[in-house]
Amino acid sequence: MKALSQKRRHPFAGVALLLLGLLVTGGLYAAATTINEAQASSETQEYSASDIDEGEKLFAANCASCHGINAEGTDDAPSLIGVGAASVDFQVGTGRMPMQMQGPQAQRKPAQFNDEQTQQLAAYVASLGAGPSVPGEEHLDAEEGDATRGGELFRINCAMCHNAAAAGGALTEGKFAPSLHGVEEKHIYEAMLIGPQNMPVFNDANIPPEDKQDIIAFLKTYESQGTPGGFALGSLGPVSEGLFVWSGGLALLIGAMVWLTSRSS
Amino acid sequence: MSTHESDSTAAGAAAFQPETRTGRIADYVDQRVGGTNMVREFGRKIFPDHWTFMFGEVALYSFVILIISGIFLTFWFDPSMATVEYEGKYAPMNGMEMSAAYASALDISFDVRGGLFMRQIHHWAALVFVMAMSVHMLRVFFTGAFRKPRELNWVVGCALLILGLGAGFTGYSLPDEVLSGNGLRIIDGIMKALPVVGTYLSFFLFGGEFPGEAVIPRLYVLHILIIPGLILALVVVHLFMVVLHKHTQYPGPGRTERNVVGYPVGPVYAAKAGGFFFIVFGILALIAGTFQINALWNYGPYDPSPVQAGAQPDWYIGPFEGVLRMMPGWIGDIPLEFVIPTPWGGNTVATPVLVPLIPIAVLFAGMFLWPWIEAWISGDKRDHHILDRPRNAPARTAFGTATVTFYCILWGMGANDLIATHFHLSLNDITYWSRVLIFVGPVIAFILTKRICLALQRKDRDTVLHGHEAGVIEMKPHGEFTERHRRPNDYELYTLVAFESPEPSGPVPNAKGKVTRTEKLRARLNRWFYEDRVAPVSRREYLEALEHDHHDGHEDGGLEAREQQQIGSGHH
Repeated sequence: MKALSQKRRHPFAGVALLLLGLLVTGGLYAAATTINEAQASSETQEYSASDIDEGEKLFAANCASCHGINAEGTDDAPSLIGVGAASVDFQVGTGRMPMQMQGPQAQRKPAQFNDEQTQQLAAYVASLGAGPSVPGEEHLDAEEGDATRGGELFRINCAMCHNAAAAGGALTEGKFAPSLHGVEEKHIYEAMLIGPQNMPVFNDANIPPEDKQDIIAFLKTYESQGTPGGFALGSLGPVSEGLFVWSGGLALLIGAMVWLTSRSS
Repeated sequence: MSTHESDSTAAGAAAFQPETRTGRIADYVDQRVGGTNMVREFGRKIFPDHWTFMFGEVALYSFVILIISGIFLTFWFDPSMATVEYEGKYAPMNGMEMSAAYASALDISFDVRGGLFMRQIHHWAALVFVMAMSVHMLRVFFTGAFRKPRELNWVVGCALLILGLGAGFTGYSLPDEVLSGNGLRIIDGIMKALPVVGTYLSFFLFGGEFPGEAVIPRLYVLHILIIPGLILALVVVHLFMVVLHKHTQYPGPGRTERNVVGYPVGPVYAAKAGGFFFIVFGILALIAGTFQINALWNYGPYDPSPVQAGAQPDWYIGPFEGVLRMMPGWIGDIPLEFVIPTPWGGNTVATPVLVPLIPIAVLFAGMFLWPWIEAWISGDKRDHHILDRPRNAPARTAFGTATVTFYCILWGMGANDLIATHFHLSLNDITYWSRVLIFVGPVIAFILTKRICLALQRKDRDTVLHGHEAGVIEMKPHGEFTERHRRPNDYELYTLVAFESPEPSGPVPNAKGKVTRTEKLRARLNRWFYEDRVAPVSRREYLEALEHDHHDGHEDGGLEAREQQQIGSGHH
């Protein structure tokens, strides 16, 4: 102990300490991420080899022209190695992929593949490298979540882009955060997990699965409660209200004015 | 209304003996209140009838509805920023900590019977109130009703509009949810951008650092007492001046600068106005009952960290929002914000917040001063009770449209995010274009409007000289095709020819015989105002045109002859 206390005044003691600190944090981080990845990749086993084969065929026929024959990515589209099954399930399941055309953002449209095909594609992409897997049913039940807490989380994390009423909002350069009305529980969960398009990733360390479930619970409660005050005018806030009063409201008033001042002939 | 009737039945000589009990009560009151004289004075006021004259009434009625619904809301609203736990019926907020103000606003929406309807009618009435004031103001501007002797009433109207904005903004801020807090944060930011005094002003308003716990009670006093009180006082002054000046009227046969053609207040207008109040009430109730407004349960209790997509002020604050969104913070690599080095560490000059205040200040100053600006340019010091048709004052109409365009660009930019999402445009492009458009747009609007006004005046001239195209094509025996024209009737003719079209007046030397610089500027503005003109048809020109008709042998045409007869007799 004496030797150590003497050496603490050594000129390199600070550097050594810094190195030690970095080593420990780095090591811990590496360990933590491998655990995360291990968790994420734990479910890939549920896909059979035939799923992967079928998925590869579908991929080659529908996706490879942009994403590359081995999903390695091209100038037009990113690599899909390591994006995980959840990415495929979200992008293909909501119809965003295959994209209709290049643009600021992939648009939602009716899905081109059925559930089985989507699963096969997901299996193929998941086989290319570890990534987030399709969430299990246990965190998707809106009934189990806490809507009040979910509302708070939603307003803090999501509402700045998606609008407080989840009606969507604008981003830069023609990109946008879509409306969340009518989005399946699974897709809401996956979106948080993978951060599609311009959305940031909200991984399990950031928003744990229980919190994701609370957010889903809030969105579903909000959706099912309807709009207590009547027609919501798109839930866009004061702009649509102003537009309505200057169009419908003014028209009604002018109609009454013209009627009142018209002469009986 | 009923007192009016009984007053008028009681009106008469002092020796009048009422026969019924109601009559005796009315007479008793009348002898002590003097209702007869009031009815005699006000009940016989004549108001001309035109639908565009009713926007002011809409504003007044929506103000009455605002007061009634507002009183209802005060019974339940708790203007306190003390933290409480929400325990009301709205499930997604259950157990949340929030201010008493927000909790009571939620209670009004979900637990007070009829509360949501009252909140909605209050908010919709506020939007209609400011809209009606604005449209009323535009009507007054474009018809030249602000001219002498009504300049001061125009100023009272401008003050009412600003008070309306103040009432709206303070009300918008009361529920203490995220949206209203964002609005207050902008006010806080603007105040803090003011050099030297900014921080002090902000601390003064918020009772310390934003948001503090003082601002909601303070805004509440402004919202329910001071601003409505001022509005009420100014409304009285406004209406008093309307009675004093008498109402303006559109040009027409028999209407002169010395009379008012229309119906008296009692009974026609009293009935119409009373009915119209209920129509406005009905329309507002219909809207409030079917369309949701300010769904404050969506926004959550105020927290200074989040700003939500689609966070906008109510429409009348939109241009203020827009000018801030439009102003660049950087031009290329040069930041517009800079720090003045001072002994105490430097003062930041927040140019991107200060510069947008300039167009707003110019807009408001110009609004208040316009009657004097125009009178100075035109040199016209006479009273005007006959209104201009907008086309007959091309420069004013064009200037007004340019200002409206300027306002609307700012207004639109307040909603640039929603324009981007709903028209699939890039938010950045919209903003860049708007920065060009704000300078170019008003100029284009001015030129276009002026040309349209002059074109309409030429069309009017044409109508007077040649009549309306009747849509009947005739073939002459020698094969020529001509179209029949129908002469306008007397009423139309009067409206089309009875207007002034001032010619530019050169600079006038002052008492010392010198043409001052200001006078030169005035003369230049005057020329800019009046150089493009279409003169009204003179009597001689009209008679010549009629002569021309006779030469062409049109008088035997059935249609023509009938119209000619109508002009001759002038009856309708």
